[in-house]
Formats: sequence, C-alpha cells, structure tokens
Amino acid sequence: MRKVFLPRTLSECRSILDAEPDACVYAGGTDLIVQMRAGELNPPVLVCLERIAELQGVREHSDHLWLGAGTTHADLLNHSLVRRHLPVLVKALKMLGSPLIRNMGTLGGNICTASPAADTLPPLYVLDAELELQSKSAVRLLPLRQFITGPGQRQLAKGELLAGVRVKKPEGFNIHHFEKIGQRKALACAIASMAALLTVSSGGVIETARLAWGSVGPTVVISPSLEAALVGERISRTALEKVARMARQVVSPIDDIRASAAYRRQVAGNLLLRLAAL
Amino acid sequence: MIIAFTLNGEKRIIDVETDRRVVDILREDFGLTGTKESCGTGECGSCTILVDGRNRLSCLMLAIQLQDREVTTIEGMAPGGRLHPLQKAFIEHGAVQCGFCTPGMIMSSAALLKKNTAPTREEIREGLSGNLCRCTGYQKIVDAVDAAAREMEGDPRP
Repeated sequence: MRKVFLPRTLSECRSILDAEPDACVYAGGTDLIVQMRAGELNPPVLVCLERIAELQGVREHSDHLWLGAGTTHADLLNHSLVRRHLPVLVKALKMLGSPLIRNMGTLGGNICTASPAADTLPPLYVLDAELELQSKSAVRLLPLRQFITGPGQRQLAKGELLAGVRVKKPEGFNIHHFEKIGQRKALACAIASMAALLTVSSGGVIETARLAWGSVGPTVVISPSLEAALVGERISRTALEKVARMARQVVSPIDDIRASAAYRRQVAGNLLLRLAAL
Repeated sequence: MIIAFTLNGEKRIIDVETDRRVVDILREDFGLTGTKESCGTGECGSCTILVDGRNRLSCLMLAIQLQDREVTTIEGMAPGGRLHPLQKAFIEHGAVQCGFCTPGMIMSSAALLKKNTAPTREEIREGLSGNLCRCTGYQKIVDAVDAAAREMEGDPRP
C-alpha cells in the first residue's frame, strides 16, 4: 500500500514533505493518477493538496492578481476578478478538458505538468506570469517562461511547492484572444493553440502585440521578433499573412497521434489570421 | 486508515487503504455498482459522482479524499425507490440505450441543474461534454435533461 496524506495547512504539508522526501504531491489527480495507472510513475508516498486553503482562491493587489496554485479551473473560470482582468485566461479555461476535469484539475497542476499542450500556458506566457515557489526556508519568484524547460520539465527543486501565480493586470490591450484547435470541442488535447494580447489603434494599426503558441514546440513558443514584426502593421489579412509565414518558420512541432508536424506548422500560422476576423 | 464521510445521506466510517480509488471502494466495498468504470483516465465520465454537490470523476480520486465529504452516487438519486425527475425523463425520452454511460450522465446533469436551473440546449451539451455516450447520439439525452429541468423548477433535490 502506498501512503497518502491529506494535509489541511501548508505547515502540516511542509512537515510531511520533510519527513517523506520522496513524496509526490498532487491536487486534482487528472494527470498524476492517470500516469500512475499507466505504470509511468510509481511514487512511494502521495500528498494530496486539495484541502490546503492557503493554496486556493484569487486575491487582488494593486497591480496584479494572485491566483492560488490549488484553485480548480472551474473556480478560476467562475471568479469575478479573473473574468474582469484576465479574459485571455478565461477563454482558455473554457476549452480545458471538460466540466469534470475543470472541477478537479488545478492551475498549479496544469503548470507543473508542463505539457507543451497545456491550455493555460499560452495565456500565462502572454500575461508574463510569475510563479511563487515555496521551499522550507524561503519563497522565490520565477517567471513562468524560465520555469518550464521542456516537455514535463520544470525548475522545481526537491521539497519546493508551487504556491501561487502572480499575474499583472493587463493594461491597454483591447484584444484578448485564445484559440485552440483540437479533434473535438471538449476533452481534446490541443493540436495547436495561440494566445494573443494586442493593442490596436482606432485606425486599425497594431501598437503592441504579445503572442504565444501551444503544442507546436517542446515548450510554449514565443518570439519577440514576430511580435515586433506585427507592430505598426494594419490588422488586416494581408499583413497577418506575412507574419503568419514567419510564424510557421518559428515553431518546431512534432508528428504525433493527433496531427502531423506539417499540419501543426500550417495551423500555427493560420491561428494568427483569425486576428483579422475578430 | 479510518475515513469518515457521508454516502447517499448516511454517515459512514470505513477502514481502507488510503490509495485505493473511490470508484473501487464504491463498487467493491459498498456494492454500489451503479457507478461504472470505462476509461479509468478521466476521459469518459462513466464514473461520475457528486462530491459536495459537484460532479467529479471517482476513478481519479483516492480514498483519503473522501474524508469529511458528502458523496452522492446514482443509487442516492432515488431514495425509497422514487425516481428522480432526471431518471424519469431519461426513460421517457429514450435517452438510455446500452445504459453504461447513464449513471454518469445523470450525475453530471444533476450537477448542471443545480448550478443552472434553466439551461439552454447548448448549455446542456457543454455541461455534459465530459460524459461520452457511444449509442444515442446525445440528442435524446439533451431532450431528457431539457424536460427534467422544466419539470424540476423549484425542486430542491440534488
């Protein structure tokens, strides 16, 4: 039998992790328990984080929101602060898994699983989210873009917990966009996805652009040169076609059971064209 | 480990291994075989139960997560054999064919109607999008939930 703990507070959780250094933490179980059943993981001890109130909820600060890592996708989706300030994240959460998965899975789990296809990651990249990583003795802040280093790979030290996500309230953007291409509308792992935050002038000229693609590289794909190429362009099909051709060169997708690399490359560019139709 | 929780309205105290799955405890220890397992990976919804009123997947929950929770399974939907309006509507509208997805469909429908007493057909489809049916084509399931919602207006049951 595998020991499973259900701590109610962070300090209780910390004591368990000190005593059980090989413990694996989980919250919703929508990835971990599936991987255990498939024989891919066999942690000797599990710690379930679902009851730790300090890891949950959304708090408003002057310039940013704090999103508890243990907050379920459903709770984030229904939260008035998230709906008001982070529409790009809300659009992705609506497409994530199914209502059942959203009732169980958490933001922290989606980040720490570090799948290139994770639906919350492209929005959190364009929002330039920072992670609050708690160890026994300290809390460190790390940009999400540095945290994830490859498929399933992240900069999480032993005994460290992702406690929360800090997201600056986006200012000045008038387009908050997310689109995911999957094989069906629900319960679909992304074939390709794109999040975008844009400022477009009343004359239709792009003034600022932040873009991030999911599922078309080993991690979320961002490209400052692509973003720069959009600035000053009209938000028109012709201008976007030009940048979409560049985007298809920037991404590095793979062939897998869901789609071919060539298809993903094509779609990664096509997702940009949608911006002209908004 | 000793775990105390409420199952279909009754307080229960059980002594179980903490890493057993909730679906196995319900089916094997309590004989509540209405809750089904199909995929075992969270993609089909056959094992849906209500936990504190929310629909969740019992194949991805471990025993310890039952502690202090209120759980409702399909067996808890018809106390004293009196069918829930959703169950009646599923029968009347031919929303059951092989029946394997039906308990999960009913539990997700119940969770949906608790949050949204008058869902549109699109909202019903979205609410049931984590529950797969390979027989009906879903049309009659949406018909049944739509009918039950109208029937239940003001009905406080889960």
